[in-house]
Amino acid sequence: MVFLDFEKPLEKLYEQLEKLKQVGEEGIVDVSETVKELENKIKNTRKEIYSNLTGWQKVQLSRHPERPYTLYYIREMSRKFVELHGDRCFKDDKAIVGGLANLDGQTVMIIGHQKGVNTKMRQYRNFGMANPEGYRKALRLMKMAERFDIPVACLIDTPGAYPGIEAEERGQAEAIARNLLEMAQLKVPIVCVVIGEGASGGAIGIGLGDRVYMMENTWYSVISPESCSSILWHSWDYKEQAAEALKLTPDHMLEFGLIDDIIKEPLGGAHTAPEEMAKLLKRQIKKAISELQEMSVEDRIEARINKYAVMGVYGTAEEDSLMTEKENQ
Amino acid sequence: MGWFKRLKDGIQTATRNKKEAPEGLWYKCKRCKETSTMKELKENFFKCPQCNYHVRIGSEDYFGLIFDGVFEEMFMDLRSQDMLNFVDLKPYKKRLDDAYNKTGLTEAISVAKGKVNRRPLVIAAMDFSFIGGSMGSVVGQKIAMAIDHCRENRIPLLIISKTGGARMMESAFSLMQMAKTSAKLSQLAKHKIPYFSLLTDPTTGGVTASFAMLGDINFAEPEALIGFAGPRVIKETIKRDLPEDFQTSEFLLEHGFLDFIVDRKELRERISDLLSFFDV
Repeated sequence: MVFLDFEKPLEKLYEQLEKLKQVGEEGIVDVSETVKELENKIKNTRKEIYSNLTGWQKVQLSRHPERPYTLYYIREMSRKFVELHGDRCFKDDKAIVGGLANLDGQTVMIIGHQKGVNTKMRQYRNFGMANPEGYRKALRLMKMAERFDIPVACLIDTPGAYPGIEAEERGQAEAIARNLLEMAQLKVPIVCVVIGEGASGGAIGIGLGDRVYMMENTWYSVISPESCSSILWHSWDYKEQAAEALKLTPDHMLEFGLIDDIIKEPLGGAHTAPEEMAKLLKRQIKKAISELQEMSVEDRIEARINKYAVMGVYGTAEEDSLMTEKENQ
Repeated sequence: MGWFKRLKDGIQTATRNKKEAPEGLWYKCKRCKETSTMKELKENFFKCPQCNYHVRIGSEDYFGLIFDGVFEEMFMDLRSQDMLNFVDLKPYKKRLDDAYNKTGLTEAISVAKGKVNRRPLVIAAMDFSFIGGSMGSVVGQKIAMAIDHCRENRIPLLIISKTGGARMMESAFSLMQMAKTSAKLSQLAKHKIPYFSLLTDPTTGGVTASFAMLGDINFAEPEALIGFAGPRVIKETIKRDLPEDFQTSEFLLEHGFLDFIVDRKELRERISDLLSFFDV
């Protein structure tokens, strides 16, 4: 098990439990009562830790090395899955995967960022940082889904679109922009779920949809806390403050009306009970799709665009001067 | 052969001995370091008279360069709000106040309608001097309103981008402006109203990755920095030097992301020509 820094109290308890169990195996002393007590204590400590996570702690959890990724969820949710590769222009990006899946009888085109499960795979997946061909593959799959009236689900988990020479040469910005434009008009339902990291343009490049959800221990922001710290504080050391200032947690996002709902995670995070998490995810995607299928294509597109059209907070010059007067009084 | 030889190169005057020239009279070129008068610069379409360097200019200057004399500014009433109470080294509110005072502008974008050779056009032009031309809620909303106006009145739209990207101080609200502006542009396209995107120095980040790259026609001023990630970030990521002309207008034209590059002197005529091809 991997413990994050704020989980240290848990780590100690687990160590004690391990030792106690060893003693029990020797069969000299009956430890069953103490084990039970300790297990209870672990449960309570976990509850306590997890009931007030800070923004930065959620960022850490979203990057937990044992956290499930897109392909795990797809395979867990769908008995049949055919992965589809390539953007038909340049190559097959390994940081975005996609294909046809079947959620209890409903065919769904599932597309998502994919991170690697070990050092070698992390490199292979480019740490979940897609190049333009990844976004273009995603768009190709969406347009195909549209032709056959198949709903689309996008799973978002990226530290950002890849900042590299080749990415710029092949039009990273154009690829993301094109997806936003096309997704706004896609004729089939689009359900997006942030399952880990939701960093900036790289996330929203497959993130415009009729419904946008976030899992409980994830984040969504215009910039990662580290980069924000480096730019605004001129140092890498203010990532915790930046994470707070950016208000990037699901609670805030829901309060701001920028997402539609939060998908609860098992206590301790998605990685502690991945199968359960996959069930919860599937339930939410299926529910959203069946609601969205009730609408006509025109209504759905109009509602989707209107949903984004009202995002933003601003005032008028008059309100501004009234506020200043108030402050001066 | 001369009698004297220069032993030391460059300027030798210590900074404290430097004579200050009054602001607004002279222009010293950022690139060729040659000096010209502000009058010469203005007459030359805000380009360096010696080396043709396109100086960064503001929305008002573009309106003056492109429109037939008169134009009417729109949506001037909107003001940014500090909805997150965002504080880094400076509170966002303070940054806004400083920007108002420093620039005399109300936001990083201004929208105006007018005519170009008697054909109507709406221009939304960004100001880099206002918090780095960053896109927050107001920039997104003004663009959305400009698009609605163009759609309702069937007028072509030109957006002039000059920006560092999304405004961090509005966090996810800024991010969602990418989706908002792109979604609104998709409506404009559906109504068959042309959208021209002019990218100027610099155009990076979330703006490039949304409306700036979505023009029916994309064009740029010469030698502008245009990209998704900033050059510093890329250099730090790949730990390698960047090619000479990397992320310039010329680089983007070569890689197929621009339709053409236009000298500021020909900007107005080129836009007028474009408008003549589209029967709105």
